[in-house]
Amino acid sequence: MTTYDLIFYLFAAVTLISAFFVVTNRNIVHAAFYLLFTLFGIAGIYVMLGSDFVAIVQLIVYVGGILILLLFGVMLTNKITNVDIKTGTIHALPASIVMGLFAGALGAAVFNTNWKVVELTSAEASTTGLGVMLVNEYALIFELLGILLLIALIGAASMARR
Amino acid sequence: MLSVGLTHFLVISVVLFSLGIYAVITRKNAVMVLMGIELILNSANINFVAFARYGDFGLQGQIIALFVIVLAAAEAAIALAIVLNIYKTISNINVDEIDTLRD
Repeated sequence: MTTYDLIFYLFAAVTLISAFFVVTNRNIVHAAFYLLFTLFGIAGIYVMLGSDFVAIVQLIVYVGGILILLLFGVMLTNKITNVDIKTGTIHALPASIVMGLFAGALGAAVFNTNWKVVELTSAEASTTGLGVMLVNEYALIFELLGILLLIALIGAASMARR
Repeated sequence: MLSVGLTHFLVISVVLFSLGIYAVITRKNAVMVLMGIELILNSANINFVAFARYGDFGLQGQIIALFVIVLAAAEAAIALAIVLNIYKTISNINVDEIDTLRD
């Protein structure tokens, strides 16, 4: 077992254990903080996959933006007297059975498929290549996404203060 | 504990996807449902980046992963605005009790 494998298993454990607590914890604020660890672990997995820029964007956008947005959502939609905000679950037993079967089916598909894997070259910094691609063949999608994000944020602001 | 390959990343993605759908199905609070959706989007992103690394696709998977992150940001903003409006209207964001389109 190499150092790479050890670090991978560490990040995988952080991601999956905290994701499990996200979906089972009854306290919403605690679940949001477990989601923080999940997103950190996923950023680490991106680094293990040699995509440094995506990992940094994951940290900036998810941890810095979306998670804060979710926490604001929690705080604005509860009558806060303490941080002890509970939420209930419905259909927990049938849902866990069905999702266990579903995960088993997907896992069987993953294990039984003969994936065509090319020989790995050593990972190199991806930021330059991503930047060149974003302003060349993906320029239209890039601009459209910028416009979409602008429209979505303006719409969200005008909807939320109505 | 075999050496890490493509399958390991796909298994992580499978487990995250199932946990996300579980959260969407079982949670009452709408914000918790949104957290489940974030888990689902992240699992799809892990798949994109893993195939970009282990398949012969160059950087295209990473580009798509970046686009998915942007879409997730837009989705979270819109969904939280809707949730805030629902809370203002009926003082409750339990998705099993919200069954009217207007009051």
